[in-house]
Amino acid sequence: MPTPNDAVGIRPAEAASSTSPEVPVIEFVDVEKRFGDNIVLKDLNFSVRRGERVTLIGPSGSGKTTILRLVMTLEELTGGYIFVDGEPLTHREKDGRRVAVSPKEQKKLRTRIGMVFQQFNLFPNMTVLENIIEAPIHVLGQSKAEATAKAHSLLEQVGLPDKADQHPLSLSGGQQQRVAIARALAMDPEILLLDEVTSALDPEVVGDVLNILRKVADTTNVTMLIVTHEMSFARDVSHKVMMFDGGRVIEEGAPEKIFSDPSQERTKQFLSAVLRDA
Amino acid sequence: MMMSGIQAAEIDDPTMIDEEEVRESPFWDWDFAFDAFPDIFMAFVEVTLLVTIIGTLVAAVLGLIIAILIMLLPRPLAWCVRWLANFIRMTPIVVQLIFVFWAFVWMDALTIGIIVFGVHYATYMSEVYRAGIESVPKGQWEATTALSMSAARTWRKIVIPQALRSTVPSLGNYAISMFKDTPFLLVIGVAEMVTVAGERGAPVFRTTEVYTIAGLLFLVASYPTAVLIHRLEKRLAYAQ
Repeated sequence: MPTPNDAVGIRPAEAASSTSPEVPVIEFVDVEKRFGDNIVLKDLNFSVRRGERVTLIGPSGSGKTTILRLVMTLEELTGGYIFVDGEPLTHREKDGRRVAVSPKEQKKLRTRIGMVFQQFNLFPNMTVLENIIEAPIHVLGQSKAEATAKAHSLLEQVGLPDKADQHPLSLSGGQQQRVAIARALAMDPEILLLDEVTSALDPEVVGDVLNILRKVADTTNVTMLIVTHEMSFARDVSHKVMMFDGGRVIEEGAPEKIFSDPSQERTKQFLSAVLRDA
Repeated sequence: MMMSGIQAAEIDDPTMIDEEEVRESPFWDWDFAFDAFPDIFMAFVEVTLLVTIIGTLVAAVLGLIIAILIMLLPRPLAWCVRWLANFIRMTPIVVQLIFVFWAFVWMDALTIGIIVFGVHYATYMSEVYRAGIESVPKGQWEATTALSMSAARTWRKIVIPQALRSTVPSLGNYAISMFKDTPFLLVIGVAEMVTVAGERGAPVFRTTEVYTIAGLLFLVASYPTAVLIHRLEKRLAYAQ
């Protein structure tokens, strides 16, 4: 299995090997992200195996959300490389230079990635059903019947079987977020990015949403990259926890280890502050 | 000699009308009002309404195209489009009517009127659309990226429908504003309603009836339009 330190030039970037379990689903190589003069991420190297669920924790401003946004191509990568299934997501190295990949190549990889946002971002001008079937039909080319059947079963899964014809703004926050999860899952993503999905919700519905995600984690092999402040959820679902501070990973390991016996003083401080709030 | 205003019209030489008699004639003459109404109403339908409806359609479509071009074209081209739109918006419509009328003498005046009104108001409406497009939250664009939606689909199904929602009241106001500007067609010799009203009233020195009719017709058309826009606005609001 290639380590993050493998030279970029010799990596097996061809699609032939992309389904092999040895190739990481997501790999960050020397990733740097800056907004103007402000460096948010620096020399970031890590990889995520297929089916692995990784939670990113750390104080706000530590760059966790930026990582998800980079994978979703919502932010421009200013340095380094990101590989999805071994293929370059935004740039590749060619003759010693960093060259942007074609929009078509990027789109092919991006359709394997789904994201659930803190603010749901459902389309208010469409019904719940239309929100869910839009991309399966027009991006994946599914038939309307097929997409609709799938949408109904997903709505059932998230506990909203009777909301298909409602408009998103007539639903509560918790219900909207469940629709957003159904919308992301309708694309059959290999990778699901969860960006503080419960932060905008009333405390009493947080549990419902997290239980649905636990179920998704238990019943599918989808790779998850999670940013959350819900530490018990992180402990339950993740295989690995990465502690960020100042744009770097300062500690990573199994959740049992990180939560009960962190090795870094900074991690201890952070966890005691977060757990006290909870 | 007693003579009503209508009889005065029958005199060949209008200069013979006794000013004294005109001043003494009744303020409102129902017979003359009924007599003049059909001509004024026909001009209202055939010119004023026609120009307003087609002009509004042209303005609404062209305005959206201008707004999208300014957002999507490469910077220098977008600047040109924006500059041209500003130029048209910042010059009086009367001047534009006269200019286009003489620049394209081979063209029918009514067609010129429709085009000039349509283009002039398109530049206003493009600003409304621009504001509407900018009001679509960033999260909506991000959701379309996360779902890998094509640019065309994103604009057609997400951005434009949401932008239109907030623009309907302003677009409607510009349509009413265009409607009320139609008397400017006079400067290129189009017999729109107010001109026809004047032509009916002048020979008999009666103005109250004809201009009252014209004014009422404006009101009768504007008011329901305003109500309609308000309804549409409510309908477009998201189901809560």
